Amino acid sequence: MKKIEAIIRPEKLEPVRVALAEIGVFGMTVSDVCGRGRQKGIALQWRVGEYRVELLPKVKIEAVVLDEDVGKTLNAIVRKAKTGERGDGKIFVLPVDNAIRIRTGDEGENAI
Amino acid sequence: MVNSGDTAWILISAALVMLMTPGLALFYGGMVRRKNVLSTIMMSFVLLGLIGILWLLYGYSLGFGPNLGGIIGKLDWIGLRGVGQEPSSTYATTVPQLAFMIFQAMFAVITVALWTGGVVERTKFSAFLVLAILWFTVVYCPVAHWVWGSGGWLAKLGCLDFAGGIVVHISAGMSALALALLLRPRKGFKEKEPMEPHNIPMVIMGTGLLWFGWFGFNAGSALTSGGLASSAFVATNASAAAAALTWMVLGWIYRRPSVLGVATGAVAGLAAVTPGAGFIPPLAGIPIGIVAALICYYCMVLRAKGGIDESLDVWAVHGMGGIWGTLAVGIFASVAVNSAGANGLIHGNAMLLAKQLAGVAAVAAFAFVATWILGKLVDITIGLRVKEEEEEVGLDISQHGERAYGGTLL
Repeated sequence: MKKIEAIIRPEKLEPVRVALAEIGVFGMTVSDVCGRGRQKGIALQWRVGEYRVELLPKVKIEAVVLDEDVGKTLNAIVRKAKTGERGDGKIFVLPVDNAIRIRTGDEGENAI
Repeated sequence: MVNSGDTAWILISAALVMLMTPGLALFYGGMVRRKNVLSTIMMSFVLLGLIGILWLLYGYSLGFGPNLGGIIGKLDWIGLRGVGQEPSSTYATTVPQLAFMIFQAMFAVITVALWTGGVVERTKFSAFLVLAILWFTVVYCPVAHWVWGSGGWLAKLGCLDFAGGIVVHISAGMSALALALLLRPRKGFKEKEPMEPHNIPMVIMGTGLLWFGWFGFNAGSALTSGGLASSAFVATNASAAAAALTWMVLGWIYRRPSVLGVATGAVAGLAAVTPGAGFIPPLAGIPIGIVAALICYYCMVLRAKGGIDESLDVWAVHGMGGIWGTLAVGIFASVAVNSAGANGLIHGNAMLLAKQLAGVAAVAAFAFVATWILGKLVDITIGLRVKEEEEEVGLDISQHGERAYGGTLL
């Protein structure tokens, strides 16, 4: 089992979600986050002049998938979230020790 | 004799002006960070209580009571003694004096609220309340008497202020500047941390309420419900509209047409037309508004470059807008509009401009110096500023034990 953490452009959430559903990845947790990588912040306007915001809004998708599904999951996210510009985001893949479905008590791969 | 039309208009106008204070609270509240929105709103809203009482107890008498040397009203009308359902013989002689009194009360409330924009996000609430009482007593009431009181020295000089360009906007603007200098910048201001306005739609709601209430402020100051009120109403709207558009164009030239800019422009136009609304021809509101936006915009740029954290630009918008508007009376005023007024420069009378300048200089200097001294006094005794940790956490939690929005982010 692997946990996929994808930090993407907010406007790409829906295309990515649909693409993941098409390959059978339904379970996910989505949160509003902000942060930065190499992309610089943006300048916003005050009443006169402007101020810079360094941390930009992004969306983080967390999904735990079977080892054999990791490849196609990553592929789907990259395909749908990529614009080629700075600020497209990052994906991290983490090992998962165990998972438990709270309702039934199922553990491991049965729980995802 | 009581005129029912005039009385109805003055009572409605008093209610309109009352609504400007919560409007201002939203206008300011939207421009601060989310951790300080309640504190910012509170500093305006609480004045409806505080000044609302003080005005009845002694403020009205200090401002409008029997003249004492042109400087202040005597305390003969303390606790509204003799102020009743009959009209006064000097002020608004066609409406019950109680109506005139409560109309003026709302001006006092919002004038104190206005300068809070200079001290947001760092002022201790207890110290603020004490300062508000002192300022109301030592700055507002005397200045109101000088300009509007029967026998006030600026009134006798012939200095004109229809609805409060001097009394409200210059006094509040200069006071905000003095207090901002005294308080020093917010933590992080020098380091250029973004002080992001946290809710611009809230600012727009506030602007809407201000613009709406301003019709009571300016057209109500005709103190009658006829032609003069209508003329002031139109001039007010013209100036607000012209200034809003001008600010939009300025923003567009440098970057993009920002919503916050249009709202700021509208307020600048409203402040600037206030002293002249009932002395100038209605269409003169347009040049007054255009020039107001230009002056206030570049004053704001200057203030920011100077590294002064007069946080919500009360000086740039109200102070400088009020100064321009007061001088503009000396240019555009016409006795054809208001026989109780005077002719300005373009009607062949240069003297009025000199009188307006005298009023501007006297009140700007007095408000700045007196406010600085009062602020210093409160700072030495109580301490004007919250502790550093309290400022970091935000004043909503540290001063009021509340937060505006449930959730986790400060």
